Amino acid sequence: MSVVTDTPDSVEAPDFPVPTGREEAWRFTPLARMRGLHGEAATNPVAPRVTIDAAPEVSVEIVAASDPRVTRRLTPLDRPSALAMAGAPESIVVSIASEVVASRPTVIRITGVGADRTSYGHVIIDAAPFSNSVVVLEHVGSASYSANVEVRVGDCAQVQLVSVQDWDDDTVHLGRQHAVIGRDAKFRSFVATFGGNLVRLVPTVDYVGSGGDAELLGVFFSDAGQHLEHRSLIDHSAPHCRSNVLYKGALRGDPSAGEAGIARSVWIGDVLIRAGAIGTETYELNRNLVLTEAARADSVPNLEIETGEIVGAGHASATGRFDDEQLFYLMSRGIPADVATRLVVRGFFSDVISRLGLPEWEDRLSSLIDSELGLEIVEGADDDSGHTG
Amino acid sequence: MATLEIRDLHVTVETDGAPREILRGVDLTVRAGETHAIMGPNGSGKSTLAYSIAGHPKYTVTGGTVTLDGEDVLAMSVDARARAGIFLAMQYPVEVPGVSVSNFLRTSVTAIRGEAPKLRNWIKEMRTAMDALSMDPAFAERNVNEGFSGGEKKRHEILQMELLRPKIAVLDETDSGLDIDALKVVSEGVNRVAATGEVGTLLITHYTRILRYIRPDFVHVFVDGRIVAEGGAELADQLEAQGYDVYVKAAASA
Ligand SMILES: Nc1ncnc2c1ncn2[C@@H]1O[C@H](COP(=O)(O)OP(=O)(O)O)[C@@H](O)[C@H]1O
Ligand SMILES: [Mg+2]
Repeated sequence: MSVVTDTPDSVEAPDFPVPTGREEAWRFTPLARMRGLHGEAATNPVAPRVTIDAAPEVSVEIVAASDPRVTRRLTPLDRPSALAMAGAPESIVVSIASEVVASRPTVIRITGVGADRTSYGHVIIDAAPFSNSVVVLEHVGSASYSANVEVRVGDCAQVQLVSVQDWDDDTVHLGRQHAVIGRDAKFRSFVATFGGNLVRLVPTVDYVGSGGDAELLGVFFSDAGQHLEHRSLIDHSAPHCRSNVLYKGALRGDPSAGEAGIARSVWIGDVLIRAGAIGTETYELNRNLVLTEAARADSVPNLEIETGEIVGAGHASATGRFDDEQLFYLMSRGIPADVATRLVVRGFFSDVISRLGLPEWEDRLSSLIDSELGLEIVEGADDDSGHTG
Repeated sequence: MATLEIRDLHVTVETDGAPREILRGVDLTVRAGETHAIMGPNGSGKSTLAYSIAGHPKYTVTGGTVTLDGEDVLAMSVDARARAGIFLAMQYPVEVPGVSVSNFLRTSVTAIRGEAPKLRNWIKEMRTAMDALSMDPAFAERNVNEGFSGGEKKRHEILQMELLRPKIAVLDETDSGLDIDALKVVSEGVNRVAATGEVGTLLITHYTRILRYIRPDFVHVFVDGRIVAEGGAELADQLEAQGYDVYVKAAASA
């Protein structure tokens, strides 16, 4: 069976049976905690609250489901995605005109309307050829939210999509984030998941021209009671395209709290190189840092290659415990345990976070990591002196 | 003047689920301005002594005392020991991925001095110290010990000693794995710090080679978890000629 799908060619929810948990795609997910987002269509789905801070060169509109632009929709991959596609009351349409270079990131803040009602979301990012832009989706608040994000990266365009999940503890968020990459275009997805009871994101990539480049980066921090799942799927069907996946996660459970104290993460990295995708270059890597007992990380890279004429394909995955020797080394230089822990964990994430290229958001993610560690008071010299002077 | 006093120190380490005694009654006094060499064969417990002074959690002190100017070192956490003035240059320095040398050094200097050094002065201070150890400035941007050669690791340890200005410096086989040029550079660093008269140095070594560059005031022969012979620099010359055999045999038959 192909890594890509057990997907019928369909856009309708009824074509996807309700998952039971025995399916490959659902076997890690605690369905009982999904608040039915995978079951029947919500009777009165609402849209999340949206706040927009767009770059002056970028247009962001909220349009009704009947808008013609919305009908150019992606093919759902699973039932929750299909339900959200059919039921989203409105769509956020981000348009970047041809050759436009956005002067700053466009930030769309998506605020949950409460965990007790189902909300469906739909975001379209349409980047015309030769444009260059950064779009940040910032998710906050309480929600039972299922959403699809579609990115169309025109020929020679560049898009960086940053999706920050800073949800409250009770949120359930299912999300498909699909990019269609044009000829010689570049797409970078940066996923940062910290909050939420259950977050399950599925970033997928299709290439519709040669020379496309996709970089899928992610950081996550799962603490007691959280299930954070990221499943990327890259479908190399065009020649001479590249993909690079790098996800890093930390887990910090609460061993004294039994089942409820378990920190959980799942990373699945599927890459398919089809027969026509000669000259493909792909690499994927997942590393997890386990800080405590009561933590479980699953990590499954999966590479399927149908042509021998590729440049390179590889993957690696490793889950390791927090290294007490590192802590000892730092503490033996006078550094208190909490500051030392922060240095080690920040250091672990640093190669991913520094690739974001947005200093403000890099700082924001670093402080989110600090608060996950329970280190909200930041003092001392933790800034790199190399940046100044 | 700082004084480190070790009295009848007994230390065990957990091996195969059972505690094994490694240090079996160590007595040693190191004062600021003095250089002591501890010499002994592999496996005699030299690193165990160094780690026990620094407070590594794997080593359990089952008896004896360690004090610094009368303060109970064994009651202090690892970081508190360092702030009290104890420094350990490790035999096998640890990699810390993603943490740059400059960030690490500044965080550490801030912790030891109690306040962050002014950035401008700090950069100058770091550059000067690196220069004295023939370290390229680009070194500061690398991750701590990641991909360092043996020589780079040891230089980095001595760099820390120069910047942290400890009262007592324990150097665990800082000489091993160094080529002669690196050995000279590192020895000069140790001598520079010793010349201030403000540090007591405990130089742990397996070989006598480094003692050509760092002249010890006292030499202690360490066999099977305790000091079995003591003398001045001449004892090192004797060890160079005769090796540890006589001491090892004497300890075995004791
Ligand atoms: N962390 C440890 N775990 C298990 N055994 C140890 C540990 N550290 C030291 N030992 C044992 O203690 C003995 C002394 O080791 P060490 O102190 O490293 O000696 P030296 O530095 O003189 O070569 C050795 O037999 C070694 O195997
Ligand atoms: Mg040793």
